[in-house]
Amino acid sequence: MREIEVGRITEAVAELCIKSCLYLGDDVVALLRKAKAEESSDFGSYVLDCLLENLEIAEQEQIPLCQDTGMTVVFLEIGQDLHLVGGDLTEAVNEGVRRGYQEGYLRKSVLSPLSRINTNDNTPAVIHTKIVPGDQLKISVAPKGAGSENMSRLKMLKPADGLEGIKQFVLETVLEAGASPCPPLILGIGIGGTMEKAALMAKEALLRKAGAPSPDPEVAQLEAEILALVNQTGIGPQGLGGKVTAMAVHIETYPTHIAELPVAVNIQCHAARHQEIIL
Amino acid sequence: MSKIKLIELPAQQEQLDELTIGELVHLSGVIYTARDAAHKRLVNQLKAGQPLPIPLKNQAIFYVGPSPAKPGRGIGSCGPTTSGRMDSYAPLLLDAGLKIMIGKGQRSAEVIAATKRNKAVYLVGIGGAAALISQTVKAAELVDYADLGTEAIHRLTVEKMPLIVAIDTKGNDLFAVGPQQYRTLPD
Repeated sequence: MREIEVGRITEAVAELCIKSCLYLGDDVVALLRKAKAEESSDFGSYVLDCLLENLEIAEQEQIPLCQDTGMTVVFLEIGQDLHLVGGDLTEAVNEGVRRGYQEGYLRKSVLSPLSRINTNDNTPAVIHTKIVPGDQLKISVAPKGAGSENMSRLKMLKPADGLEGIKQFVLETVLEAGASPCPPLILGIGIGGTMEKAALMAKEALLRKAGAPSPDPEVAQLEAEILALVNQTGIGPQGLGGKVTAMAVHIETYPTHIAELPVAVNIQCHAARHQEIIL
Repeated sequence: MSKIKLIELPAQQEQLDELTIGELVHLSGVIYTARDAAHKRLVNQLKAGQPLPIPLKNQAIFYVGPSPAKPGRGIGSCGPTTSGRMDSYAPLLLDAGLKIMIGKGQRSAEVIAATKRNKAVYLVGIGGAAALISQTVKAAELVDYADLGTEAIHRLTVEKMPLIVAIDTKGNDLFAVGPQQYRTLPD
């Protein structure tokens, strides 16, 4: 059986934390450029120019592109034929976060929800594990800022609400969020399953290559319709008015109960940060 | 878009009165950082009649929690945070003399009313453009609430910080009018 020392996971997580906070993926940069080409509002155009310039400065200066370096969400896809040795997996991931946030001069934003006392090292991470076939380990690190996370919503719709109900719920969520989540947005949407499954799918949808449609044509159609709908709100970049409120809509679905229609919308700002590695 | 207006702090009331929503501003001078936790303390101290660690009269507060400064730098990345979370505190600070709020996103009706009442302004930076904005911060020093970490109050000296007027002294709100002209949703 293949073995991986958990120390390697710590090193990988530390590096991915830093990388994800300093650089955006080419997919997201391409969407920002496309938004700039499509945006007709003066403010929208100005904002998009500033955001593209900001990416260059972050890279040159080696500083985070956004000061909110987020709560660290880590997805682990663990091959069922893989044996992790040398320590506690959760502690290995958290040690990676601790090192990455310290060495990368990233902001420590994590605290107790009641006392509001900061842990001062951005731990603990939010860790999602999935057991998959094979003997590899895929680590995805996705720091999530609060501006957009705070505007995310989940609703247990009635089956009778149907597709129209889903669209209206997403639209209401984007309208209520307005300028707060730093549009232009990427919307991660989870439809189906149970309450927690819908929320998790909404987050997972944000890991998809930005702007890539769902492989399921029916879902891809709904993604296109929702994107067109939210771009009629006029919210625009930074909420100052414009055509591009969202740059992409990613939907994940799962079978649900005959009596349920859970829908979760995870709002992502333009700083759609995630980095992956396969060990 | 408008020509850029230069504002030197401390701002003169006449200068603020001339600002209109949608105008671009380059702000230079001394501003103070404060976000959620610092606002809670400031307001509690104000209500208790205790002295505050910073002056409010004619001053500017920037809603920000910067990333840590690298060696040799005054500050890390420092874009504005969502202003709406400060809405429950802002009217009291405005009534105590605060003239400029710097953040991102829309404000409540109460904040708009308090801004108008006190002839203050609300300026927005570009959320997420934190590396770009950090280039305009020339000096940063800790003032108080050190235990709050990134949420502590700092005194920043800024030079030509790029901002947009979002609420003016007349109480006009850019977020109410900006998106309206691009809205194509059927009613």
